[in-house]
Amino acid sequence: MDTLAMHISNGIIDGPVAAIFAAFALAVLTLCVLRGRRDLDDRLAPMAGLVAAFIFAVQMLNFPIFTAGVSGHLLGGALAALLVGPWVGALCVAVVLVVQALVFGDGGVAMLGLNITNMAILGTAAAYLLIALLLRVLPRTPAGLGVTAFVSALVSVVVASQGFVLQYWLGGTVDLGGNLAGLAGTMAGVHLLIGIGEGLITATTVVTVAKVRPDLVYALRARKPVVPAPAVPATGGVR
Amino acid sequence: MGAGHAHVLYRESASPVHRLAPEVKIAAMVLFTVAVVATPREAYWAFGAYALLVVAVAALAWVGPRWLLSRALIELPFVLFAFALPFFGTGERVEVAGLSLSVDGLHGAWNILAKGTLGVLASLLLAATTTTRDLIVGLDRLRCPQILTQIATFMLRYLDVLVGEARRMRVARVSRGDDPRFLWQLRGFAAGVGALFLRAFERGERVYLAMVSRGYTGRMPAVWQGAGAATAGQWAVAATVPLAAATIAAVAVVLR
Repeated sequence: MDTLAMHISNGIIDGPVAAIFAAFALAVLTLCVLRGRRDLDDRLAPMAGLVAAFIFAVQMLNFPIFTAGVSGHLLGGALAALLVGPWVGALCVAVVLVVQALVFGDGGVAMLGLNITNMAILGTAAAYLLIALLLRVLPRTPAGLGVTAFVSALVSVVVASQGFVLQYWLGGTVDLGGNLAGLAGTMAGVHLLIGIGEGLITATTVVTVAKVRPDLVYALRARKPVVPAPAVPATGGVR
Repeated sequence: MGAGHAHVLYRESASPVHRLAPEVKIAAMVLFTVAVVATPREAYWAFGAYALLVVAVAALAWVGPRWLLSRALIELPFVLFAFALPFFGTGERVEVAGLSLSVDGLHGAWNILAKGTLGVLASLLLAATTTTRDLIVGLDRLRCPQILTQIATFMLRYLDVLVGEARRMRVARVSRGDDPRFLWQLRGFAAGVGALFLRAFERGERVYLAMVSRGYTGRMPAVWQGAGAATAGQWAVAATVPLAAATIAAVAVVLR
């Protein structure tokens, strides 16, 4: 099952707007591919796969929310940004969306640009900016990291949901008139609740990983001297 | 869902559609969907023609209507959204059975219903005839950047790892006296989600290192790719569907 906001299906937004956002998503993803290649080493490659698998599995959990037809699920943008960084993180979420659209019919293929813009790009970017800011401000404790994860996940979900409102305003196939503000409000409210669930899952996951294997948390790499990595053979040969 | 295994939606068979190379099917499906979305919503006949195309492909792929329709229920939330539109849309209104409905809203509801359903059916047909492994091979041959196919490969591989670890942790909890039932097991699950992630990662890392030690360099070996790349003939055959759809869309735009 999919959600109203997150996985936009064919026909909700008109063609030209979908095409513009597809071009935008393609451009940003190209940048992510170029920057992500530099990040993707032997430690990050399996982590990126697991983050994508985790997001894929977690997106199957759906929260039905008050009215029929409005439901939402977790996004994973903040988790991806924390564990594998913004570039590879956005790619992970995008891969999940592409596979879901191609083989599960979850979100229209022609609307992929919109869905990727909302969830992979807006969600991950908002999360990463907040992570970068909060990690500097908050104490360097597990609690600080937990709060960072919680807040960035919460905000990224709401930002992604407002991305849909923007797209609907630009190219919704039905003019809702004054109800657009209502749509924005409903989306924000619903996704605030989803964001709390997302924040809790993100925070518990990241704090556990940071306690046991801090070397695996991308967001923590920059702030301490590089810990010698466990011996991992280089790809394709013996070091 | 590891190497060579199929996903839940795949239907094992040797139909003409199954035998097509994956890249051909992906391209045809995406172009078909774009043509459907580009069709003006007032051209009702065009959507009937698209539906006939879907039925024809389903028949060629030996996929029954029952299987398709029951899986198409994934669309349900959108259908409910579509039913709300006639009540909230603005502009000209009509009376239907004593209810005042917006004409624009009715058109919008039809638009979402028709285009959404056709899109879902097209992707279900792709899923029914293509294994996830072939899907990645197809994306690779369509010049998808390697970093993306690499993430996708590991994602599909690690889904099984995640599910397996979750099952093991549940067995461990039960054998220590936990009694998970219905919703209450959610609490135990939520508390263990971090541990689950870590365990799955360490298992996944071992899988990765095993692959590296066997010569993995970021791309699966040629043997894994199964049947060879698409021939010109296959492209031509598969192109009939998107070409027909594009013709219908063009006619619908001209006739408007």
